[in-house]
Amino acid sequence: MSTPARTPRRSGIRGGETASGWLFTAPMIILLGLFLVIPVLMALWVSFSDWNGRGSPFGGTVSFVGLDNYSALVGGGGLAEQDFGTALRNNAWYVLLVVPIQTMLSLLLAVLVNRQILRGRGFFRTAFYFPSVTSSVAITVLWLFLFSASGAVNKLLAFIGVNGPNWFNDPSGVLHNLLGAFGVETGPAALTGNTFLGISFWEWLAGPSVAMSAFILMAVFTTSGTFMLLFIAALQNLSGDVVEAAMMDGANGWQRFWRVTLPQLRPTLFTVLTLGLIGAWQVFDQIYTGTQGGPGKTTLTPAYLSYQAAFTNQAWGQGAAIAFILFVIIVVFTLLQRWLLAERGVSARRMRPYLPIPTSGGSK
Amino acid sequence: MSSTVKTRERTVSPSRRLRALSREQLPNRQVAGRSLLYAILIVLAAIYIAPFLIQVATSFKTDGDAASNPMSLLPQTWSTAAYERLFLNSDFPVWFQNSAIVTVFVTLGRVFFNSLAGYALARLHFRGRNVIFALLIAVMSVPGVVLLIPKFLVINQLGIYDTYVAMIVPLLTDAAGVFIMKNFFESIPASVEEQARIDGAGTFRVFWSIVLPMARPALVTIIILSFQGSWNELSHFIVATQSPELTTLTKGVASLASGQLSQGTQYPLKLAAAAIMTIPVAVMFFIFQKRIMNTTDGAVKE
Repeated sequence: MSTPARTPRRSGIRGGETASGWLFTAPMIILLGLFLVIPVLMALWVSFSDWNGRGSPFGGTVSFVGLDNYSALVGGGGLAEQDFGTALRNNAWYVLLVVPIQTMLSLLLAVLVNRQILRGRGFFRTAFYFPSVTSSVAITVLWLFLFSASGAVNKLLAFIGVNGPNWFNDPSGVLHNLLGAFGVETGPAALTGNTFLGISFWEWLAGPSVAMSAFILMAVFTTSGTFMLLFIAALQNLSGDVVEAAMMDGANGWQRFWRVTLPQLRPTLFTVLTLGLIGAWQVFDQIYTGTQGGPGKTTLTPAYLSYQAAFTNQAWGQGAAIAFILFVIIVVFTLLQRWLLAERGVSARRMRPYLPIPTSGGSK
Repeated sequence: MSSTVKTRERTVSPSRRLRALSREQLPNRQVAGRSLLYAILIVLAAIYIAPFLIQVATSFKTDGDAASNPMSLLPQTWSTAAYERLFLNSDFPVWFQNSAIVTVFVTLGRVFFNSLAGYALARLHFRGRNVIFALLIAVMSVPGVVLLIPKFLVINQLGIYDTYVAMIVPLLTDAAGVFIMKNFFESIPASVEEQARIDGAGTFRVFWSIVLPMARPALVTIIILSFQGSWNELSHFIVATQSPELTTLTKGVASLASGQLSQGTQYPLKLAAAAIMTIPVAVMFFIFQKRIMNTTDGAVKE
């Protein structure tokens, strides 16, 4: 099999590398195959089957049901579709708020902490990063206490004269509440009458529930530190020359940040947005520990719904189908974002001011 | 602002006093800006730290005190009832022990297997290397939550459900760690190991006694990430075990949160449990603080 011409020449200090190469990587390959590749293939089969958790999913009693599990979720008209739609709605609002807020906050923290004149940088970095090392379970327990009806957050709100909500027991949507404050209690018939994935458009536009908002704040609290570190590292890798040049050209601090520093941070921004997006679509631990999808299913997420369908309701095919749809959603969003943030060529018209001016000097 | 200073200088340039004045004004402005920066940072830091202070304070309160004074940082009467209950009258020590066992084995295993595979991918020339590497990248992109049901299926099929093996071995899969090790090995010069090879050392010998000791910075990164990852892991243990003897801290404290073991809210008990479970990762964090603050960029680099 091996090419005869090359092998003898290789047998110096590179002798036997093929064998040891495979030997060294074998444990990892076996582990990844056994606990990642094979399981995914098994789950793919389960998502096309009617396995109910009894016996082996590959036994004779289990039959192939085609796309039944998937179609029940995206067009079945039943409870499964409604729950899936609700979970997607909840998680979509969560992503829509968490990803931009945590990205902006972590960038702000990085810029503030990275100031040369600042003393006690280490202290501030530690303070902002610490929530990131603690487990999601511990933070959720803490959050349940802080955001309880008579908890610290509501005490703080009462201090400034605001009557805080009963956070984790309040299923009302934030946007609906906002509209309610202006007297809009029910939506137009066009929105309430038509449905998508089993829930009306008016419900899609409810915004995150008050309970979900508490989880949104928690996500921002726990992840901003990690992303702050990524931004700090990127800021420190930037060379000062470009900023200095901009300074000589008379750009003020604000312009320097938006026109000079931020464009150079694009790769890090991409990393942070991608990691944020992938993480925000996978909300599970918090829901399992804190609310189990309640109140009123407004903190249900696809990840938790998938777990619940399989492990609690024994609807394994459906649970697996939800997991695969979630997988596709994450991949699509990542690709979409990659496309949106891609480095595009600058058009000739926009490039013109930057081209070398033919006459030297005096043109201004 | 700077333009006004300039014009003033230009118009009354002979007067030295005025020039001195304008020079004094600049530091004033800087002082104001600096104070604002500190004010913003201190407020933000307070928001980030306060929850943890409240957590620790509340764990030493009585139930009534915790309910009526949720914000105070000093208990009215100091009470260690929550800790006594946890350590003497609950499964908490078992949970702690299980988390410790899993964390130690996962961390050791990952250090060994990641560096082994990372070394091979970085240094050894063999057929199929690029294919393995491509697979590794593909595997890294599979989101963890999607794997809950698949992992249960394979654990069940292998007949290891509800064992330590099921808790530990699947967590050894760490494509990102292999990636980190590979990147590190590529960054160190090959001349040292080549010298040893010429002296007749075998591949494993070179790896074990020459390359691995040089890889300490990257190994520390792996240790930090796997320690934190396996100590804080929840979802894998939910699908891999069910018996109370194999409950880990994350799973146990999550069950506490949803009301087991307690009547009423019992916040001091829950917060004490959450605080204790934070201690090991906090200690780890403070030991390796310098490295964490400097290496995360290398670790998650695209």
